[in-house]
Amino acid sequence: MIHFLLLFSRQGKLRLQKWFTPLSELEKKKVIRDMTLMVLARPPRTSNFLQWRDLKIVYKRYASLYFCTGLEEKDNELLALEMIHRYVELLDKYFGNVCELDIIFNFEKAYFILDEFLMCGEILETSKFAVGGSVEEADTLQETMEEYMSKPAY
Amino acid sequence: MSPSVPLQEMIRAIRSARTQCEERGVIQRECAAIRAQFRQSDNGGRSHNLAKLLYVHMLGYPAHFGQMECVRMIASPRYSEKRVGYLGAMMLLDEKQDASLLITNSIKNDLSHSNQYVQSLALCTLACMGSAEMCRDLAPEIDRLLQSSNSYIKKKAALCAVHIVRKVQDLGELFVPAARSLLSEKNHGVLHGAVVLITQLCERNPETLKRFRKVCLVWFFLQTVPDLVQIMKGLIISGYSPEHDVSGISDPFLQVRILRLLRILGRNSESASDAMNDLLAQVATNTDSTKTVGNAVLYETVLTVLDIKSESGLRVLAVNILGRFLLNSDRNIRYIAMTSLQKIVGTDHNAVQRHRGTIVDCLKDQDASVKRRALELSLALVSASNIRSMIKELLLFLSSCPPELKAQATSGIFIAAERYAPSKRWHIDTILHVLTTAGGDVRDETVPNLIHLITSASELHCYTVHKLYRALLTDISQQSLVQVACWCIGEYGDLLLKGECQETEPVQVSEDDVLDALETVLQSHMSSSATRGFALTATMKLSTRITDNVDRIRSIVSIYGSCIDVELQQRAVEYNALFKKYDHMRAAVLERMPLIEKNNSGNANGEATRETLTETNSSRTAQEERVPPPPQQQPAKQTYDLLDLLGGASEPLQQSPAAQTLPIITSSSAGGDLLDLLGGLEPTPGPVTPAPSATVYEKDGVTLTLSCEQQSDSSLAVTLTATNASQSDISGFTLQAAVPKSVQLNMNAPSRDSLPAQGAAQLTQLVMLNNPNKVNLKMRIRISYTRQGSAFQDMVQVDSLPGLGAAGHT
Repeated sequence: MIHFLLLFSRQGKLRLQKWFTPLSELEKKKVIRDMTLMVLARPPRTSNFLQWRDLKIVYKRYASLYFCTGLEEKDNELLALEMIHRYVELLDKYFGNVCELDIIFNFEKAYFILDEFLMCGEILETSKFAVGGSVEEADTLQETMEEYMSKPAY
Repeated sequence: MSPSVPLQEMIRAIRSARTQCEERGVIQRECAAIRAQFRQSDNGGRSHNLAKLLYVHMLGYPAHFGQMECVRMIASPRYSEKRVGYLGAMMLLDEKQDASLLITNSIKNDLSHSNQYVQSLALCTLACMGSAEMCRDLAPEIDRLLQSSNSYIKKKAALCAVHIVRKVQDLGELFVPAARSLLSEKNHGVLHGAVVLITQLCERNPETLKRFRKVCLVWFFLQTVPDLVQIMKGLIISGYSPEHDVSGISDPFLQVRILRLLRILGRNSESASDAMNDLLAQVATNTDSTKTVGNAVLYETVLTVLDIKSESGLRVLAVNILGRFLLNSDRNIRYIAMTSLQKIVGTDHNAVQRHRGTIVDCLKDQDASVKRRALELSLALVSASNIRSMIKELLLFLSSCPPELKAQATSGIFIAAERYAPSKRWHIDTILHVLTTAGGDVRDETVPNLIHLITSASELHCYTVHKLYRALLTDISQQSLVQVACWCIGEYGDLLLKGECQETEPVQVSEDDVLDALETVLQSHMSSSATRGFALTATMKLSTRITDNVDRIRSIVSIYGSCIDVELQQRAVEYNALFKKYDHMRAAVLERMPLIEKNNSGNANGEATRETLTETNSSRTAQEERVPPPPQQQPAKQTYDLLDLLGGASEPLQQSPAAQTLPIITSSSAGGDLLDLLGGLEPTPGPVTPAPSATVYEKDGVTLTLSCEQQSDSSLAVTLTATNASQSDISGFTLQAAVPKSVQLNMNAPSRDSLPAQGAAQLTQLVMLNNPNKVNLKMRIRISYTRQGSAFQDMVQVDSLPGLGAAGHT
């Protein structure tokens, strides 16, 4: 099971945080601080795996965003890399050529997509099309046209 | 009140703030507006406000006032509000908050909502932050959903059930039938959820199971093995499926989960492992390993093969795959390979040894994580046959290794060297090499261990002292190295000055050079207090080993008599005394140390020996030394028993107590070992049995009785009782005792220190003796007291403790 998924920029600003274990606010802040420090300090062309406390940390950099997740001892790190990649693909499909600004201005959509893809620290849906389809269908239920049509307009 | 700004406007405003202060200002204004909006009744923009609050929360600002709003919005009939409300609940509430209980009812209602997306919101939230009570409440509902016909809901219900089982382990039984039947689904999402659920049910904590008297479900799910094998085969052989395909592999996520479940099921079952063999071989050979995803599946397969009761051919195949991984250009794969090899190095040692070369090469990798794994694995692979080459590589690694790995590396090298050292000289060389490279990161026991090693390699004394002297000249910053070097120079300085050595090139060293080196250490600001203590003692020891510069040594020693460091000052003063008053004893006191008996288990005897010998060294006033029984009972010609200094000189003891020049240790509760005051004692095994008491001394009304009690095989408790039958009071009554060399003595504090007249009270003192060598126990007791203003001292010798032979005589 994965314990958390964090997205942060190169400057260490948090863009998305999903926690799959109950932690207090203080503990969450500590984890975020540690992750940002550790991952941002890694030189390029090193492996994507780290050891932190009793968790395996898998991180991957996509353009200006770092995706960082914490796994348990028995989890498969290479599969975690694939999982991160799949999530990026889903975001890309939904937003159309996703970039960091999309995730900043539409963070709640990013969460909705994540909630269709992962649950309880495990993968929920393995099909590429099903996730995007569910989110779009759910969007149609939004009560007002204005909300439904609100796409990134920065 | 300013109108509330839509979410994106606010985000833009926050981002355009140039300073932290400005940002805080914007956020404070927004939060105030949001709070005001929350207090108002329902308006169209509620979801906007909550979304804004969640954004602010993500930036790290407090947002707890939004919790109640979340609860309210979850209960709203509008979907957009529910959506944001549930999101807010997942972000702001957790099971520890009281507000989370309030949403239980909403979740319950929404679980039976007609719209599947509302149901899914409820399921998702329950799985994210459901507390144990909520889980108990809603478990039957989840079970019902697991059997619905909607696969969208089924897959979510499956993972929700996983959460419930994690939180409340004994609810697992509830989901067993549903989990079993889900395996016949076609939908990959549902299948995946089912496999995860079954895995969770099988992995339940055995402790909890015992507590609730539940059965481990692995045996139940063994029947699913054929189904799982079937599903896997379908995935591997099936044609291209666009929605599940990842670089040519059909649904790798599901494949990996099935492999993991097979691992758990086959771990303890022969039949299950047999059923999987073919499948695992097929996956291992057919999976394309050019991309990460293929390697992920291969990796899981390897882990499964190594964990179940697989046949040997399959195991070899698995280890070979790991070997291939080790040669992969992708660092991640190499890291993974080493992690897995670490797990099997205990069981399949030979298989891993074959890849030793590659592993050792990984020590030179740039990546710190890879280096760490390579170090652990290399240390595990050291054996008697490859010790020399491995240690060479590890020493090379040590010189360039990152600081966080240094301590692990040094202790690993020491342990390996100790276990497999081919020769003493190699061992000493290795330790010296480590000390010069990474002396700051070695453990504290290294110094005494090394000293012990050096003393035991008597043929290498000359070589060692030359090497250490050279090392000392080069660099005096590594404290452990300097300490050992000083000790050696002090002990074997004469060998150094002789100049010739078979093992290493001879170098002409004059006495001045040696003293210069020691003085540099003494005066350097880099030397710690302990190191300077070593150096001072070494200087002192040289006074008996060199001939010309004794005066220089005297001057050095006397200078430190006024040193600020109390430890050094004490030593210097005592050494000074050794020069002045006790010059006749100096040679004997500073003779070579005998072989230290090393006790590996924290035996009090051994521990104290190590500490005493390395910290205080022989030049402490001999009476305070504690020396273990020498291996041979006869003092060998060249190793002088340190404390035998009074062996031949028993005259001082017969002198009148008043003229006593020998400071004998006073009785103290710390206790110290005493000299062999009785000289020339041949240790013979004597029966030590519990004995009654006997009067050992009687004079001027002072009576001393002694009684013994056998505590254990070698320890004896002796109680001394003194009474005063005379007419006048006695004050300042003290007893001092001496026992044979090999016996340890520990005197507890006396019950009182004065004896009133006419036996009004008596004084008792307990003495603990430890006689491991079972020598004949004798004791010499000195009594001193003050009566009517005048001091009095007397001595009594107890040749055999009461009950063992004749009573003591004066």
